[in-house]
Amino acid sequence: MNVKELRQLFPILDQKVNGKPLVYLDSAATSQKPLPVIEAIDNYYRQYNSNVHRGVHTLGTKATDAYEGAREKVRRFIGAASMEEIIFTRGTTTAINLVAASYGRANVRPGDEIVITYMEHHSNIIPWQQVAKQTGATLKYIPLQPDGTIRLEDVEQTVTPNTKIVAVTHVSNVLGTINPVKEIAQIAHKNGAVVVVDGAQSTPHMKVNVQELDCDFYAFSGHKMCGPTGIGVLYGKKRLLDQMEPVEFGGEMIDFVGLYESTWKELPWKFEGGTPIIAGAIGLGAAIDFLEQVGLDHIAEHEHRLAQYALEQLATIDGLTIYGPKERAGLVTFNIDGVHPHDVATVLDAEGIAVRAGHHCAQPLMKWLNVTATARASFYLYNTEEEIDALVSALKKTKEYFSYVF
Amino acid sequence: MSFNSHLDTLYRQVIMDHYKNPRNRGVLEGEHVDINMNNPTCGDRIHLTLKVEDGKIVDAKFEGEGCSISMSSASMMTEAIKGKTIEEALKLSTIFSDMMQGKDYDDSIDLGDIEALQGVSKFPARIKCATLAWKAMEKGLHEQQG
Repeated sequence: MNVKELRQLFPILDQKVNGKPLVYLDSAATSQKPLPVIEAIDNYYRQYNSNVHRGVHTLGTKATDAYEGAREKVRRFIGAASMEEIIFTRGTTTAINLVAASYGRANVRPGDEIVITYMEHHSNIIPWQQVAKQTGATLKYIPLQPDGTIRLEDVEQTVTPNTKIVAVTHVSNVLGTINPVKEIAQIAHKNGAVVVVDGAQSTPHMKVNVQELDCDFYAFSGHKMCGPTGIGVLYGKKRLLDQMEPVEFGGEMIDFVGLYESTWKELPWKFEGGTPIIAGAIGLGAAIDFLEQVGLDHIAEHEHRLAQYALEQLATIDGLTIYGPKERAGLVTFNIDGVHPHDVATVLDAEGIAVRAGHHCAQPLMKWLNVTATARASFYLYNTEEEIDALVSALKKTKEYFSYVF
Repeated sequence: MSFNSHLDTLYRQVIMDHYKNPRNRGVLEGEHVDINMNNPTCGDRIHLTLKVEDGKIVDAKFEGEGCSISMSSASMMTEAIKGKTIEEALKLSTIFSDMMQGKDYDDSIDLGDIEALQGVSKFPARIKCATLAWKAMEKGLHEQQG
């Protein structure tokens, strides 16, 4: 994998911010987009923009082929059994909300349990809080180890025959923890529960095979994997999706509409009410082509190397705390003693370095870590060791700067 | 020692002094106006207590968590409004808001230390940090006015 060459495909990276070369270390928030993705969206709007699934005309057919072609690319990319199991959504949040609103409300009863972890993003907490409130179920949390990992014993302890849903992130957006999703799914299934996996931070960075993991639902976003914003995917096992009711009603999702009763299209379209996110899906399809060309294994290896290098280098800074385990995905969350992460992010920005500061949409995890906020540097296929050197050197300056102004 | 003059417009000495040695830190006892406010996008939070007598702010204290800008702004704000009438404090808040948005502001009033926060207007991502305490103060005084 030649990173220098790959970077040529990301025009945005070639610019100065505050007079310094841009060092983009915020891909866990959103990734940058390569030319093939930008061009695929541009081509769609320039050459064959049209609504899908209804036009008899040529452009309509082209748009439908491209849209459904993207669905096939997604199916292959995550190893799903059929295209019926791939539902396009606005993103991970919408995908999880769909499962909660449809499967959750229909299958969870008073006294049942929904199990999640302390490291979930808000989008994999609040939908379940709502389902628990509406159904009279209990929401339970799998505890974390001090290094931010989950022990399977604790999963065994928390999940019981009353558990109906286990919702867990594949990779933590704060700790970088890679969770044993396959084993968690086994425990859930043994207890008669379904498992919902938040794949927002895993799908862009590692090979995911939903059949191998044997998860029941898997959700992810296009914009974190070189695709555009506004498109995401819900994978669900056909057997479950078949019994689920749609949550949005209107055009595109109907079979027959009468005055008082209507019937739904077959899967996956019954969950895609309204004109779908056509350009978004085409852009996501192009992103998948791009990622497959680079190779997910190469991407994972590159990011692993960067994360390990970052951990080593950051450890040389006195007073810097790193959160999460050693074996992790491509991100590092940290704090510098005495300097608030917002101030860290502002100083880094003045040096052209983009990081995220705040609670990372994971307030329960922040509470568990006993911090109000943290700074996070996250890596992708286009990042380099030199950029990590720039980060480390800027963090050392940050420390000096604040010890001086104090 | 400074490595970036752009940053120096933000992190002025007086701001760092208020951050390190916050004035009026704590919670008032007895009858007072109590306001909790947070910035949900970043997690900063402030708990502000105000003692108002005969339309005048006779005491103010704050506690909270946040960055140097939000906490120093809270410190300066409590210092500035003590002894002022509700109207004067709200007027000051308007001036501060104009200053943050980079607008021309009424310079007939001596702003004292607050003037040091002017540089924040050049850092759009940080304006909400600076205005949090002021928004809390406005909310409390509006509640007091009924």
